[in-house]
Amino acid sequence: MREKILAAIDKNSKLTAKDLATMLGSTEEEVSNIIRQMEEEHIICGYPTLINWDKVQCERVTALIEVKVIPQRGLGFDRIAERIYKFDEVQSVYLMSGGFDLTVIIEGKTLKEVANFVSAKLAPMEGVQSTATHFVLKKYKEHGLPLVEAKKDERMLISP
Amino acid sequence: MRNPLSKNVVNIKPSGIRKFFDIVSEMKDAISLGVGEPDFDTPWHIREEGIYSLEKGRTFYTSNSGLKELKIEICNYLHRRFNLKYDYEREVLVTVGGSEAIDLAFRAMLNPGDEVLIPQPCYVSYHPCTLLAGGVPVVIELKEENNFKLTKEQLLAAITDKTKILVLPFPNNPTGAIMEYDDLKDLVDVIIEKDIIVVSDEIYAELTYGKNHVSIASFPGMRERTVVINGFSKSYAMTGWRLGYAVGPAMIIEQMTKIHQFAIMCAPTTSQYAAIEALRNGDSDVETMRDAYDKRRRFLVHAFNNMGLNCFEPFGAFYVFPCIKSLNMTSDEFATKLLMEEKVAVVPGTAFGDCGEGFLRISYAYSIENLKIATERIERFVNKIRKNQ
Repeated sequence: MREKILAAIDKNSKLTAKDLATMLGSTEEEVSNIIRQMEEEHIICGYPTLINWDKVQCERVTALIEVKVIPQRGLGFDRIAERIYKFDEVQSVYLMSGGFDLTVIIEGKTLKEVANFVSAKLAPMEGVQSTATHFVLKKYKEHGLPLVEAKKDERMLISP
Repeated sequence: MRNPLSKNVVNIKPSGIRKFFDIVSEMKDAISLGVGEPDFDTPWHIREEGIYSLEKGRTFYTSNSGLKELKIEICNYLHRRFNLKYDYEREVLVTVGGSEAIDLAFRAMLNPGDEVLIPQPCYVSYHPCTLLAGGVPVVIELKEENNFKLTKEQLLAAITDKTKILVLPFPNNPTGAIMEYDDLKDLVDVIIEKDIIVVSDEIYAELTYGKNHVSIASFPGMRERTVVINGFSKSYAMTGWRLGYAVGPAMIIEQMTKIHQFAIMCAPTTSQYAAIEALRNGDSDVETMRDAYDKRRRFLVHAFNNMGLNCFEPFGAFYVFPCIKSLNMTSDEFATKLLMEEKVAVVPGTAFGDCGEGFLRISYAYSIENLKIATERIERFVNKIRKNQ
């Protein structure tokens, strides 16, 4: 049931426990309980909204930064990753295989703000060897959902 | 001027759904629960394969019966999913949708006066296609108390010396009923004893919920007297590609191919390439869509039962078939008023046969959000009628 609930709310967190119960053939109480448990266990970590900020009159800049770091003995990459993700500007941090170690995704109001963060906070951080900053020009799809205009239903209204 | 028309064609009643379509298309901003096709787009990897075939210039006719690779994949698929074994060289015909296959099957097998048993409510084309092929349609009225399944007794009662074909339209549009192993087993002896040919329309075979589809052709003694019709429209959301197929005994498929060869030439080439991809790599897409339909199905059955409109649990296709007899209205009246007052389009059960009277076909090929709004409106409408009763 856990997986079923997660699959159902993965793309639509607005579904109520009541609707989920009907759709999955369960009871509202059971679904609510399972969701609460999963929140407590931090399986469900939040319910953010997917927003296409490009459509809103408000400047935002996203950058993807490749970071090479020196792992610490006994702590590996976790300590330095934590030091990085604690900054509010940081949206995501992933440990990577391959040519660099961490992918850090930053959101700022302006290009300058992001540049400042990288040069003042990230690059000089102890353990950080190098950074390469890539600015996002346009977002097409996030979290499995396209950020373009919603598709109209073009089917005929009635068909056999 | 002389009458340019064929009496045979003129005498065929236009589809009941057509009449309702005309009313609905006048209504702007109506929400529809009336379509018989998936709301999903064809999965991208399948579309992409179609595009690639165009880029490669694969824009020629294929052989009449279809691309060899596709026919092989169809046989692999039917074996993998439904334990049916067919020879791709002689027992498979790729058609322009399942609809063409239905037409061809009747035309290849019927002689004037041969009777075709058609369990109703059912898809709209068996009846007219029988007439156009010179056959005589004999309707078997399926009952709600039997969960809209065909019973042995009903079958026996309908058989005469002239009976030649039995149409088995399961999983069923519009009722959502399915025939399970035991239900079919009951019929098999009668069919064999009375020497009847079955046209089994299994276009919704992939869309069953909690129970797997069983093909009547998988029973001993049935393969040689069954034409199985299937296609890509419903399972892979490929309605507009117009691609289906028929498999069956070489003797029948050969004659169907003859008609197809003269009337159609071959099914669309682009679609055939896309369909190969669908069969090779589309299993997970089918599963994802089936899962989504299942959630909506539960949602709708619950919603209608909550409104006090009795709704039998459908295990196949993507329709629910709630009963409105408690409201003392005909299906037509209900559907028309619902459209006028609440701007929700549903299809009256009578569009699928007279015995659909008292029922509505509600499609759940729509998003949950859409279904929510629509069911709220239907509930408001039903409450209004009850108050005025």
